Amino acid sequence: MSALLEVDALDARHGLLQAVRQVSFEVAEGESLALVGANGAGKTTLLRAIAGAHRPAGGRVLFAGRDITRLAAHRRVKLGIALVPEGRRLFPNLTVEENLRVAAASRRSGPWTVQAVLEAFPLLQPLRHNRAASLSGGEQQATAIGRALMTNPRLLLLDEVSLGLAPVVVDGVYRSLAKLLESGSTIVLVEQDLRRAMGVADRVLCMLEGRIVLEGAPADLTREQVTEAYFGLRQVAGA
Amino acid sequence: MSALAAPGPVRVQRWTPLSAVFTGGLAGVVVVLAFAPVVFGENTQNNLIQLYFLVILAVMWNALAGYGGLVSVGQQGFIGIGAYATVFFSLQHSLNPYLSMLIATLVGGAVAIPVALVVLWLRSGAFAIATWVVAEVFAILVSLDPNPAIGGGTGTSALLPFTARYTPTERLHYTYWAALVAVAALLLLLFALLRSRLGGALQAIRDDEEAAASVGVRVLLGKGILFVVAGAGCAAAGTIIVAWQLFIQPLGPDSIFGVDWTAKMIFMVLVGGLGTFEGPIIGAVALYLLQTYGPNDGVWYFVLLGGVAIGFALLLPRGIWGTIQERFNVQLLPVGHRLRTVSNGKGTR
Amino acid sequence: MIWVSVIVHGILLGGVYALLASGLALMFGVMRIINLAHGSLALIGAYMAYLVAEHFHFSTYLALVLVLPGALLVGYVLQRSMLERSLRAGQLIPLLTTFGLLIVIANLLQYFFSPNVHSLNMGAIGSASWQVSSTLTIAWFDVLTFGVAVVVLVGLELVLHYTQLGRELRATAEDADTAELVGINARAVYARATAIAVATAALAGVFYGMRSSFDPTTGADQLLYAFEAVVIGGIGSLWGTLWGGVALGVAQSIGAQIDPEYFALAGHVVFLAVLVVRATVQGRGLQLSLRGAG
Repeated sequence: MSALLEVDALDARHGLLQAVRQVSFEVAEGESLALVGANGAGKTTLLRAIAGAHRPAGGRVLFAGRDITRLAAHRRVKLGIALVPEGRRLFPNLTVEENLRVAAASRRSGPWTVQAVLEAFPLLQPLRHNRAASLSGGEQQATAIGRALMTNPRLLLLDEVSLGLAPVVVDGVYRSLAKLLESGSTIVLVEQDLRRAMGVADRVLCMLEGRIVLEGAPADLTREQVTEAYFGLRQVAGA
Repeated sequence: MSALAAPGPVRVQRWTPLSAVFTGGLAGVVVVLAFAPVVFGENTQNNLIQLYFLVILAVMWNALAGYGGLVSVGQQGFIGIGAYATVFFSLQHSLNPYLSMLIATLVGGAVAIPVALVVLWLRSGAFAIATWVVAEVFAILVSLDPNPAIGGGTGTSALLPFTARYTPTERLHYTYWAALVAVAALLLLLFALLRSRLGGALQAIRDDEEAAASVGVRVLLGKGILFVVAGAGCAAAGTIIVAWQLFIQPLGPDSIFGVDWTAKMIFMVLVGGLGTFEGPIIGAVALYLLQTYGPNDGVWYFVLLGGVAIGFALLLPRGIWGTIQERFNVQLLPVGHRLRTVSNGKGTR
Repeated sequence: MIWVSVIVHGILLGGVYALLASGLALMFGVMRIINLAHGSLALIGAYMAYLVAEHFHFSTYLALVLVLPGALLVGYVLQRSMLERSLRAGQLIPLLTTFGLLIVIANLLQYFFSPNVHSLNMGAIGSASWQVSSTLTIAWFDVLTFGVAVVVLVGLELVLHYTQLGRELRATAEDADTAELVGINARAVYARATAIAVATAALAGVFYGMRSSFDPTTGADQLLYAFEAVVIGGIGSLWGTLWGGVALGVAQSIGAQIDPEYFALAGHVVFLAVLVVRATVQGRGLQLSLRGAG
């Protein structure tokens, strides 16, 4: 079975800094992939490049066999890629419902409607007509995920959904994610919390300074291996 | 090799060989230009005077918009104040017209202070319109002034104070030198300001206002200083304009308070290169060339002007100098800082 | 009692300003573009209506049927061809582009239409008025203009809050990057906003052309008043544009009643007063936070 997403030797810059160096990996349909790594490792830039929000300096991104490297972000959404950005980035003066409905711009049909999202995230039901800016962190995160789901994506990209949220709230978010995974969605998730990442993912990719330094199924990787790759300890010791 | 290694010793450099040569050359040009009245004829002197006040206006508008992030659509208010104050002091109080010009420049700066207190708090859109409104208020107040020296709606002239003391040739020469001194002095003042701590503060404000404030940059004070300097500078331009064309009026299409002046400033700065020191000077030269050698027919001259403006906005939005600076990493006048690693010769900004 | 008449006429004058200002508010609210050519575009609307009415022997109102769609198209093309590129280059570049347009349009109009003065026919409503009292007569046309302004502003509000286009406009105005990430084509959204803005400008131009005569130099003052209305009402608020226009119109009328020469000055003074009061009430906090540690 060919991969849904294929990233091939991708290079991305952030100003003068090389944020992503020659990154290559594949994600099969229905798979969930966790991208872990310290701050500044290039994870967000990589996700943004896949979503079309960041122009790569080199390499290719292929989606369902099609080269989308130069495709505009909103076109990628129409093909079925959705990104839940770091920091949620809701539209502050739009209500929760408006934030959800505005994503109908993607014009993709599927199971996700406003009603379906509100059922998946019941905490949002009473907040439907509230301004997004007035929501708590957890509520905003749920709305942001819901907004991405409204585009009925084939591939869902989640950037640091646990950032800035209380552990209890994060539990709730991950419960919803687990349901998504059960239904067979393809997910790439960037997560700082190693335990959670390894708890949900089929495969883990660890990035350091823009490169992939470790790859494998959580079951096959020891905590030590991941920790070393995360901090690059082995590298410095040997250099 | 890990990217985490330190880059080696660095030093901060302000002058490059190129900028030293250029600045020296510029000073030399000013000296040479001082001899123009002796060497060149009337036409050239008239043209150069026009060029000088255009340079002043461009540099001042750029100081506000490019360095301070303040888009003012009302600097013509200060041009008018400079012009009218000159007439007022020389006609009403019989002061030497050139002395009046100097006082008028200071008056412009003084008036900028209360104006700043009203407008500097505003966000950019409101600020732009508010400055325009303030200029209109000045124009209307002048037009309503019953003082015969001011002349009300029909305008006034600086003819008498000049002809009482000077022959037309003397007026031309002295006005030329006054204009040259004004341009040089204002450029020097701005240069000094930008190289001082204010310059660094302004750069910080431009990059990120909140961050700048959080490290102690006095944002409003910095902008206020710029606004006052720009007020004085535009007033200085106004004094030269009245010394040169003598007749001024507060309303109508050729008004000394006309928003056309801002339109010219926008053109010069954006064509030359916003936020660069050299840019507005180049933009002023460009406008001057267009004015002098462009079509004589009013309609087609303006169509050309507008077309050039649109062309630059679409094709060369960084302006002439901005584009050159970006391409070749060149700076002729050393207002910035360059970080050079001592080992290799390449500098980075 | 004359003051009632003054105020009523001021309110109706506010409708004229609000109609012209609605497009400005839309473009500034959505794209942060200060369109210096807005008045010129309104003037083109008036001239186009004149040509259509003359050529087809239409009434002015019928001419609008052709002029408005044309204006929508002009706005769309304008955004895609020029303003879009200018926006990418920075916040200030659209100033240069629209300034260039202003000059080109004004002078081309002068070339083609010469300095002759034109006027549009208001039709039967032109002479109709309502004698409310001995001191107050209201021209129905002025009421119509005010009504059109209200309809336009209500229409825009409805579009912004109840249609998909409106949601996309608001979302893109708040965060264009994220809008793209949810499938919104920001460039197409901007183009539609400009199209609507230019259409409202043309409409305003036609109504202006009916109430007074116009020539290629008309409009500079009106543009400033429209900007004042937008700022008084609060940038980003369409309803604000209406009451901003009204406040300005009333101020100007009262000023003119005191002395005709005070017409514009009264408006400017009220404008500055509103800004100072607003800044004092809100600005103290702003000032303190910007002082920072220094």
